[in-house]
Amino acid sequence: MRPAFFGKNAAQAGAFLLLLLAVPYALPNEYYLSICILGCLSAVIAVGLNLLMGYAGQISLGHAAFYGMAAYATAIATTRFSLPIPVGMALGVALSVAVAWVVAAPTLKLKGHYLAMATLGFGIIVSIVFNEAVDLTGGPSGYVGIPRLALAGYAFDTDRSYYNLMAVVLSLVVLSSLNLMRSRTGRALRALHVSEKAAASLGVDIAAHKRFVFVLSAGLAGLAGVLYAHYLSFIAPASFGFGFSVQLVVMVVLGGMASVWGSVAGAFFLTALPEALREFEDIDILVYGAILVLTIMFLPDGLAGGLKRLARRLGRRGEGA
Amino acid sequence: MLSGAPQYLVSGLTQGAAYGLIGLGFTMIFNTTGIINFAQGEFVMLGGMLAVWFAASGLPLVVAVLCACLATAVVGALMERLAIRPLAGAPAINAVIITIGVSILLRGGAMLAFGKDTVALPAFTGTAPILALGAAIQPQSLWVLAVTLALLAALKLFFAATIQGKAMLACACQQKAASLVGISVARMALLSFGLSGLIGAAAGAILAPITMTAYDVGMMLGLKGFAACILGGLGNPFGAAAGGLVLGVLEAFGAGYVASGYKDAFAFVVLLLLLFVKPSGLFGQAGVERV
Repeated sequence: MRPAFFGKNAAQAGAFLLLLLAVPYALPNEYYLSICILGCLSAVIAVGLNLLMGYAGQISLGHAAFYGMAAYATAIATTRFSLPIPVGMALGVALSVAVAWVVAAPTLKLKGHYLAMATLGFGIIVSIVFNEAVDLTGGPSGYVGIPRLALAGYAFDTDRSYYNLMAVVLSLVVLSSLNLMRSRTGRALRALHVSEKAAASLGVDIAAHKRFVFVLSAGLAGLAGVLYAHYLSFIAPASFGFGFSVQLVVMVVLGGMASVWGSVAGAFFLTALPEALREFEDIDILVYGAILVLTIMFLPDGLAGGLKRLARRLGRRGEGA
Repeated sequence: MLSGAPQYLVSGLTQGAAYGLIGLGFTMIFNTTGIINFAQGEFVMLGGMLAVWFAASGLPLVVAVLCACLATAVVGALMERLAIRPLAGAPAINAVIITIGVSILLRGGAMLAFGKDTVALPAFTGTAPILALGAAIQPQSLWVLAVTLALLAALKLFFAATIQGKAMLACACQQKAASLVGISVARMALLSFGLSGLIGAAAGAILAPITMTAYDVGMMLGLKGFAACILGGLGNPFGAAAGGLVLGVLEAFGAGYVASGYKDAFAFVVLLLLLFVKPSGLFGQAGVERV
């Protein structure tokens, strides 16, 4: 294992932040900016899910639950109990973290398809509660009137300001994830992915590391959830169902497992794709499915792997010339 | 308090038999290929929708149902040939994503072909309920149970008495060893996808007169089927059928005695509790993990 080059990570994340901040100047109108904001939100969750799935090798088909839980918690705290927004957000993230901590111990003992089923079941139960606990969540028609984000006297009430905030948040999440994966903990997580027994024999506390990365990824989903709630000011159970959990997994796989940048790319790609397909009306869902199938067939190691291979091939051609 | 019990038991067993059939479909594919096929629920949807379509185009009901099953078997085989086989050697998670992509394709295709309406298939033999033991039993419920039992018996025979069935069991047991004794693993994969399509479609068609059907019913039915085969112990076809029955009955009693809105949640709560206590399912054996 190479020594950690945290400085390199900071440089990459800094360049990424500048790129993100430059994007609005290239966009024709505000509508695209809102898609970019949703892309950043999904990217925050996907990067977190990749820490769990791509690096530590534990699948979760229920991550939309943590996203939704935090969103509902801050919505209820700031409207019904009139708590300040930062408190609501902290409560939301804390709820996701706490639930993940409790759920992690029995769940992460399971492996493979059993783990997939357990996380899936958990996600479905939570989304049914969002639908059925009408007094608390507003039921299927949703929860309205969530205040837009204001922090320290500054109101993030335009899409532009919210996008800038999301660019900073996403860059920080990316930087922390890159650093984490180059740290001792990150190496331990990758080791337990390859072989739990081998990792344990080297002194890695398997259960504690699995729980840590599960809670961390749930916390990131929660962070995205509270930011989503205070951005849209309206939330409904449909956004936090099994479909979105699956979409998050697809983002990670499509982007490339165990690649932080790949997850970011996968998240933006899958968020933008349905919007780009909107003009095809009813066949958009067919095209979406087809693109998904074809991408996995022809880019088996995801967008990140595909780009890496392309770069290598171009590099080789360059040397030859 | 227990007044509704016989009724709940009947409807639970009916629904559960269908879940069991769907779980059986999962198991067939899992055993030969190691893949969890997320398009299994779409096979069920196709069975129901195609049966309605064939029946509406003038075919007798029995013929329509058989045609729907065969057509879905072809769809399953095509899926294996076009989307799964080219993937050989890729990580299992990629195959799972492919099946999710195919399920989106099938759902979209069904929406375009049949529209977004909820449709019903006529009951096979009328709707006059049979009164027995304090429950009103729909004749269709008996059809569901009978078809499930017949399919289970046919599969048992297929595995025990035909060379193809034994070859498939061999693949499930050890793919490498199976191919060494001359079994074409690829052909068995094709066969298992075709059979899963057939079984899934049968479940969809026999259930359609009771619950109605639409282009988007596949996901929940697929998830319940997956739950049934996990409950029964993944890889054990008859465990999946039993798991489905348990799931259906739990669901019916939960909906009847606790709250009908949470109907879909009961099955999963029980499943989670079971997994936490016995991680290999009801009838599964704890796997030996290789280092």
